[in-house]
Amino acid sequence: MAQPDRPLSPHLQVYRWQITNTLSILHRLTGVALGAGTLLMAYWLIAIAAGPEAFATAQGFVGSIVGRIILLGFTFALAFHFSNGIRHLFWDSGRGFELSAVHTSGWIVVIASAILTLAIWILGYAVRGAL
Amino acid sequence: MSLRTPLGRARGLGSAKNGTQHWWHQRLTALALLPLAVWFVVSLITLADATYEDVIDWLSSPIVAGLMLLLIFAMFMHLKIGLQEVIEDYVHSGWRKVASLVFVTFGTITLGLACALAVLWVWLVG
Repeated sequence: MAQPDRPLSPHLQVYRWQITNTLSILHRLTGVALGAGTLLMAYWLIAIAAGPEAFATAQGFVGSIVGRIILLGFTFALAFHFSNGIRHLFWDSGRGFELSAVHTSGWIVVIASAILTLAIWILGYAVRGAL
Repeated sequence: MSLRTPLGRARGLGSAKNGTQHWWHQRLTALALLPLAVWFVVSLITLADATYEDVIDWLSSPIVAGLMLLLIFAMFMHLKIGLQEVIEDYVHSGWRKVASLVFVTFGTITLGLACALAVLWVWLVG
């Protein structure tokens, strides 16, 4: 390397975890997780196209306990990536970069993701008549 | 010391051409996905107790099929750019990076096409 004394990125081992970097890495993690979720979406759509038996198998898996836990995880990942994505688009307008604003918008995203996840599942169970 | 002009040096490099294309397309698809994702989640909620016939009826409507195709296109494009960004940030070795990028490109296109064909199949054939 030509310049060995150049400043380096934050060392993750000594970097103090705070809401800013936590939400930043969570945005990437949920993005990658939702990428895995597209496999389930593809399976569901192909099962619909394949016919009633394949669809029943897919619904059986999604409706099982394991399926519901996976779906709950994807719901939260989507709610978070969606909310934090709006935060990123807002930043793209060049606003909201003051430290206090970054912290406030971060907590709004956390609360919004929790409320959205809860609301989606309550509505889903309500449609099924389970409430 | 180079005898080339500053403009000559910049031409052909990313900064003067398509350097912001991935950034811009990531924002465009993000913007498109905001309403499309809301629509898809609301649809899934209404389909929570649906029979197979209900789901076929839903997907056979041209509006639903059209919105599904838009969702699939924007979603897999957004996913491809996002995964590529993650790989470019974390995978530094030459062949590993190239292999990951090839896998992500082929994978997202294949999966997106599979989703789109399933929607078209139900809409036009099933």
